[in-house]
Amino acid sequence: MEVFVQQLINGITLGSIYGLIAIGYTMVFGIIGMVNFAHGDVFMVSAFVALIAFLVLTTWLGIASVTLALFIVLIVAMVLTGVLNWAIERLAYRPLRGSFRLAPLISAIGMSIFLMNFVQVAQGPRNKSIPPLLSGEFVLMGGSGYQVTLSYKQIMVWVVTAVLLAAFWWLVSRTALGRAQRACEQDQKMASLLGVDVDRTVSITFVMGAALAAVAGTMYLMYYGVISFADGFTPGVKAFTAAVLGGIGSLPGAVIGGLLIGLVETLWSAYFSIDYKDVAAFSILAVVLIFLPQGLLGRPEVEKV
Amino acid sequence: MSPNGATPLALRAVKDAAIWGAVALGLFVPLIALQAVQDIRGELRLETRWPLLVVLVALVVAGSLLNSLVITPWQERRARAAPRPDGSAGRFAAGLGRWFPPFAIGFVTVFPFLALWLVGFQGGLKWIDNFGIQILIYVMLGFGLNIVVGLAGLLDLGYVAFYAVGAYSYALLAKEFGLSFFTLLPLAGILAAFWGILLGFPVLRLRGDYLAIVTLAFGEIIRLVLINWVPVTNGYAGISGIPRPTFFGIPFNASDSGFAAVFGLEFSPIYRSVFLYYIILALALVTAFVTVRLRRLPIGRAWEALREDEIACRSLGIDTTTTKLTAFAIGAMFGGFAGSFFAARQGFISPESFTFMESATILAIVVLGGMGSQIGVAIAAVAMIGGTELLRELDALKAVFGREFDPTQYRMLLFGFAMVLIMIWKPRGLIATRDPSVFLKERKAVSGSLVKEGHG
Repeated sequence: MEVFVQQLINGITLGSIYGLIAIGYTMVFGIIGMVNFAHGDVFMVSAFVALIAFLVLTTWLGIASVTLALFIVLIVAMVLTGVLNWAIERLAYRPLRGSFRLAPLISAIGMSIFLMNFVQVAQGPRNKSIPPLLSGEFVLMGGSGYQVTLSYKQIMVWVVTAVLLAAFWWLVSRTALGRAQRACEQDQKMASLLGVDVDRTVSITFVMGAALAAVAGTMYLMYYGVISFADGFTPGVKAFTAAVLGGIGSLPGAVIGGLLIGLVETLWSAYFSIDYKDVAAFSILAVVLIFLPQGLLGRPEVEKV
Repeated sequence: MSPNGATPLALRAVKDAAIWGAVALGLFVPLIALQAVQDIRGELRLETRWPLLVVLVALVVAGSLLNSLVITPWQERRARAAPRPDGSAGRFAAGLGRWFPPFAIGFVTVFPFLALWLVGFQGGLKWIDNFGIQILIYVMLGFGLNIVVGLAGLLDLGYVAFYAVGAYSYALLAKEFGLSFFTLLPLAGILAAFWGILLGFPVLRLRGDYLAIVTLAFGEIIRLVLINWVPVTNGYAGISGIPRPTFFGIPFNASDSGFAAVFGLEFSPIYRSVFLYYIILALALVTAFVTVRLRRLPIGRAWEALREDEIACRSLGIDTTTTKLTAFAIGAMFGGFAGSFFAARQGFISPESFTFMESATILAIVVLGGMGSQIGVAIAAVAMIGGTELLRELDALKAVFGREFDPTQYRMLLFGFAMVLIMIWKPRGLIATRDPSVFLKERKAVSGSLVKEGHG
């Protein structure tokens, strides 16, 4: 029982991170119908931006307050990652609209390889680890034997995720921008006839997806305290799995899918085998795509000839 | 985007350059100018590289100016000048198709002797082993993946899984049962094909992007199983001491019954390399030949039809299930051949050799060369694999960029960049062939490259 509750807490933390990344996949897929393969690497780059911003703040400027530093790091990472994804969309994806169907995906794979190796060359191949922040925890259950703990870091991940998801939800459902996005998702040609600037909306979608990935990247760095250039690939595929599981194109689906994947991964590691946890996640992807391609909350795809 | 717009071309160019310069500056300050370095105590500190930042931002600005002042107007002029009905490029490709293969085959056949004659036994080993064999392995893998991606239009991101299946099949069976390379080569191919069908079955209903991601997941699953199934695969440590191929029973070693002694030659490792070179050359040629012949069979035509439009394909009564599965199986079989050759050549394999990056490299070769084009794949493999091996040799680069400059680091960086550029510039690859392989009486002027592809 204690083990289960502990794994639940860990799973939700991990799942929040996956959910934040998954939103980027699902929004881009919803609006232009492509799998943004480079999204996992955008997440990795954001963690590096956060790492360097954190080092600048603590070693050069000498900011002692962790909360303030964290806040600034989060903003810097969100802005710069947004700019990065804007540039990627302009350079690598926009010229390919209307090209043959695999072209954007191949371009995205190229971009993913490029980003990964760019960071490897620019920042070095070794793992970068930061000193632990916010160490401390609440003991929830079990005085003597197995202790169920909720660390401050986990609370931070939950709170930041919840606040940003709320802000994001408001943006998508209550503003003119969100309306334009949903219009483009349904019918790009009609939306542009009605005066929606489709190119601009697509760009903003990429920027928003990247900003959320940056939140995930910052949280990942703070939570695990270590990042390397290759750390974008596996979380990227898992977040994509989450997006597919929740129903690609559906925003609540992405979050729910992320939480489920996080839970499956931690529970699998706790009860079955930690070596095969990635196999479990990848198998879920295959099984869902084969048997439930529209996901939990997605609309079934109607094929028009 | 006409140059006669309200704002003059130059002004817009400068504006664009300023925007891209600012973007580059914003991104490169944290990622390039500042580097997080771990010091001896394991603590991170920042090192700065401002000169590099200035150079790179200047390059981005120059690139943006070049694009808007030279490349874009040139493209617009060309687009206006002639809606070219598959003219010069088509003839060029056709000409290349006629004279290139005999020439290339002739060259690769004499290559080992040429290398030995030109640079002698010591230097020749490097040229035959590092260049010849290495390139030919990728040519063969490229040909195999080309069947799946280029002909059938199924984007497979887990191709390396079949390469791994072939390699481990050979390694395990050769070590356990002591079977020879030439017995196990077909067996490894068949096992890989079997895996191709096994993995192909569940993904039949998936298309395009989804198919790509699921094949990627399968590739990763196979690699993770290889890592974790320690009793069989020995995990990360890999399998060593894999038996090497023999010359019809005569081993390549220094013993009295070895190849050199039997033929009265002085012992040298070069004989084995030359022998291996001809094995992989033969395998690659067989792959190319089989592909060329398959394209003319009904199954090859069905692949091409599937690539162009799956719905139309189904409406015409083509069994898409069999078509897809044969593409997967045949592609996987060639991957398995290449894998067993790889294991036999290295004598050691570990899961490290079968990462996603390997799949991506093979895919890059197929994409850059031109999906569906054998010549294109061969040229791309030579350029990319040979090019990076050549980079290793260039000491002059070290003099320019400093002592620690390691060109091989930039290999995948360039691959990724090239993939994006090729997709933008020539989405069909450098040598694009979407012409139908089979036609009635004459090749019609309306070739595939003029028609938009159906969303199958």
